[in-house]
Amino acid sequence: MVATNTSFAIPDFTLSPRIDQVGVEEKAKRFTARSIKAETKVNGLKLTLNMIDLTTLEGKDSDGKVKQLCYKAQHLHDQYPGLPTVAAVCVYPSMVGIAKKSLGNSGVKVASVSTAFPSGQAPRDVKIRDTKFAVSEGADEIDMVISRGKFLEGDYNFVFDEIAAIKEACGTARLKVILETGELVTYDKVRRASDIAMYAGADFIKTSTGKISPAATMPVTLVMLEAIRDFYYKTGKKIAMKPAGGISKSKLALHYLVMLQETLGTEWMNNEWFRFGASSLANDVLMQLEKERTGVYQSANYFSID
Amino acid sequence: MAKAKNNTLKLKFDTTYAPAPESKASAKIDAKYELFVNGKFEKPLSKKYFDTINPATEEKLSEVADANVADVDKAVKAARTAYDKTWSKIPAKERAKYIYRIARMIQERAREFAVIETLDGGKPIRESRDVDIPLVANHFFYYAGWADKLSYAYPNKKIEPLGVAGQIIPWNFPLLMAAWKIAPALATGNTVVLKPAETTSLTALKLAEIIQESDLPPGVVNIITGAGATGAAIVNHPDINKVAFTGSTDVGKIIQRAVAGTNKKVTLELGGKAANIIFDDAPLDQAVEGIINGIFFNQGHVCCAGSRLFVQESVYDSVLRKLKDRLETLIVGDPMDKNTDIGAINSKEQLGNINKYLKIGEKEGLEMYQSSCELPKKGFFMRPTLFTNVAQSSRLAQEEIFGPVLTIQTFRTDDEVIEKANNTPFGLSAGVWTDKGSKIFNLTTKLRAGVIWANTYNKFDPTSPFGGYKESGYGREGGLHGLGAYLK
Repeated sequence: MVATNTSFAIPDFTLSPRIDQVGVEEKAKRFTARSIKAETKVNGLKLTLNMIDLTTLEGKDSDGKVKQLCYKAQHLHDQYPGLPTVAAVCVYPSMVGIAKKSLGNSGVKVASVSTAFPSGQAPRDVKIRDTKFAVSEGADEIDMVISRGKFLEGDYNFVFDEIAAIKEACGTARLKVILETGELVTYDKVRRASDIAMYAGADFIKTSTGKISPAATMPVTLVMLEAIRDFYYKTGKKIAMKPAGGISKSKLALHYLVMLQETLGTEWMNNEWFRFGASSLANDVLMQLEKERTGVYQSANYFSID
Repeated sequence: MAKAKNNTLKLKFDTTYAPAPESKASAKIDAKYELFVNGKFEKPLSKKYFDTINPATEEKLSEVADANVADVDKAVKAARTAYDKTWSKIPAKERAKYIYRIARMIQERAREFAVIETLDGGKPIRESRDVDIPLVANHFFYYAGWADKLSYAYPNKKIEPLGVAGQIIPWNFPLLMAAWKIAPALATGNTVVLKPAETTSLTALKLAEIIQESDLPPGVVNIITGAGATGAAIVNHPDINKVAFTGSTDVGKIIQRAVAGTNKKVTLELGGKAANIIFDDAPLDQAVEGIINGIFFNQGHVCCAGSRLFVQESVYDSVLRKLKDRLETLIVGDPMDKNTDIGAINSKEQLGNINKYLKIGEKEGLEMYQSSCELPKKGFFMRPTLFTNVAQSSRLAQEEIFGPVLTIQTFRTDDEVIEKANNTPFGLSAGVWTDKGSKIFNLTTKLRAGVIWANTYNKFDPTSPFGGYKESGYGREGGLHGLGAYLK
């Protein structure tokens, strides 16, 4: 007889914990009341840079554009000595090869969106091929989207099986599962989708594609961090988190770090376990770092816009 | 191909955040404070003063006058004269204007009030800035609105104020309690003699400065400072028409004895030992936050604190683990630091009281858990504390501790928890956490408590009445109900 209480038993997702909207929004707001100064601020800003998935996901992306982005990923602002690189460069599958070549041994990962990003409206075999292609081109990480339509229909098994199938197609690449929380709307559904993704094999759970508004918000991210914590309590397995879209200012990024620290703790405070999906955040962080270093703000013209 | 570099940066970013102290520059504290009687600051007839200290550093902040019986008499006479000559005569809309003016002046000087409240009382600046002072202003605004609309509150009734109100307030929310007392009394046309607690007189005296600047007719509000004897002199003064007291149940009983046989009206807002009830279908992460806000808000110096936690057995382990993890992220220390969650215990005496209960808990064989945070070397501080394995018969579950100490009990059924929650001499407040609406209504009709929060805790609003059942006192403050306590 199988023990019903083993930690890896797949739960009934309709019983995922309920979220109180007022409570979670109030709690998220409380993190923003922390005042981050001096050394803590500089550390937070550097960590933020190091956690960025520098992203370009446009129809007009070209080899040249991706090459430039990859250079920026390794040379954020050479005027400031000792800066870290970003965590990864995030591109479409067709751009993975050129990104991989450009990044070489820098340690910056190549992340590829897949599974008919951003809508996910394609048959499963197409999604699997999309994923396998990205991996074969050298992607270290795959950012998949869930089938939101199926999820909202209540077909949780479909969503679960699809994630599991993509995970298998990933091989050793780490899988980020994008919930597209802006289309799920309620916190209850965000929580349920997070649980499905983690039990189905996600290495990361990620809020948004960046193509739908609202993208990442602090309360949505908090709901997902709490899901990660509960999963860790139950299974001992750590899952990483990636809020994406809408985080373009340093101050907001620091609020996210406070939320991460006070929800999951020090072990999650690095780019193995937390990422920012962002394209314009880096320059604002650089501007703040220069302000901390020199005492004055510099013009935006001093920071490259790749 | 060479092995790729490791690009994972590790830097210190934890809850030992770099200090972020609030500036003291906005707070002007005089070396000495006199009594505020008849619109003027006057030396006490007693000729005596006592020190008020900062509980976070044990340093002296100022000296405050110690009013004796003669000083109280002088203040009551001033209030009587003001009542007879001006305040009961002027049109209600004129009263409203004064109250609005006081509210606006408090808002203008909110930063200064917040800083002094924190320096004198020990509560974190985050709370005095974001909770206490905004609520104070809102309370004055709210009752200013009522002043000329009392006939709508009580249609077909002759609206008559009581006369002179003697008001005695505690040290846990010094300025907020002053607002709760003064605003409705003025709106209904009464005059006031108010005594703040001896450890936290400063913000009330700053309020006196505002009242003076607002040109409120002299004697309408008199603020006199002192300890228990001063309070007793107010209660026993024959020309007081109304006693409003917020504080301990023991003192409340003394007041009730003292006014027996007189025609003084009384409202008492006394102690509490609230049940905070977590059902297994509750949104647990938010409930844990509610537990934290329920018991550690203002160092647990809250009469309606959720000090008795009841958790349904099926989620007990999960709630306890989450609670312990959350406890670790609470920052205890300098109340003036913007990141501090738990500030200083209000006085050495109160710290002693709380520690006495920890010893009792130990003796009773309860399991104690405290967060591992470092405490400052000076000042009166205490780690947030949980007790598990607590029986209903434990003294810790029965008596009001008034500190950051939570007792945790489990329950199985709804009826069981209702019975246990009501099994206390107090009845001020309670909390219910469940996703099920019908359960909320079932509980709220059966719990014997004046204030019940559902899926939240420690939320205050001037429009909402506040007050207790049983030994938590009687009468209501706030909202429409709060007006009735100051009308014949």
